[in-house]
Amino acid sequence: MKELYTWSAIVAIVFASVVGDVLLSRAMKQVGDVGILRRRAGLGIVIGRTLGNPNFLFAVTSMAAAFFSLLFALSWGDVSLVAPAAASLTFIANAVAAKIFLHEKVDRRRWVAASLVAAGVALLAG
Amino acid sequence: MNFRKYLVLAGVTVFAVAGDSMLSHGMKQVGAISLHRLQSVLFAVANPWVALGILFLLGFFAAYMTALSWADLTYVMPATALGYVLLALVARFVLHEHISPLRWLGIVLITSGVGFVAGGPALTEHPLGEAANLADRTRATAVSSGVEL
Repeated sequence: MKELYTWSAIVAIVFASVVGDVLLSRAMKQVGDVGILRRRAGLGIVIGRTLGNPNFLFAVTSMAAAFFSLLFALSWGDVSLVAPAAASLTFIANAVAAKIFLHEKVDRRRWVAASLVAAGVALLAG
Repeated sequence: MNFRKYLVLAGVTVFAVAGDSMLSHGMKQVGAISLHRLQSVLFAVANPWVALGILFLLGFFAAYMTALSWADLTYVMPATALGYVLLALVARFVLHEHISPLRWLGIVLITSGVGFVAGGPALTEHPLGEAANLADRTRATAVSSGVEL
């Protein structure tokens, strides 16, 4: 039963982090190239435009949810299972979500990279 | 991609590792926090290592957001994983911890994954319609906030 709890919490972490990453990426694309914008309009405009972006606020909320799910997961399961499982599943799920929701061109090169990184993280943190 | 952008990506990696390490070091000094006295976590911020760690993690977040403003999520993601490699190397060469062959294999896998993605384009070129739409929106926001583009 405890195992079921742990894995549910891991799924919650992965889901919330992916939603957070996708929304943050979308928000920053809407804000535009921060380097160029800062040179043209100043840091105040960059910060104002970012904080005023609804996607950014949802992203931060979602990342906070991921953090609290992590706390729950750690209270039920071992850190040696939770950390690598959540991190490596997030890499794969992010690649899928970026393709579907951000229309990024996830070619074979990026699939291979995401899989290698996910496997590597699982080995390193395990 | 220019030198400045690679510097931002390096910042993503280095700030995350430095922040996490300082936070971990500080929290060990603070000691275990009892579930019955959760509010004591607020006092942890008084520890200089914890405070410094939070500052570095804010730096990480700023660098991560900057990178996402000009690169794809699937391009920036692997860079964050390089932090695990950096952490393992610090453990090996600074803290003189033992690293098992399996963990060395993990380091090789992550590094080659990052190498793979770094060799490709950083940003997906979206069809003209969408790009023009985005440019229009940018101009509209700029006008409404009184900025000359």
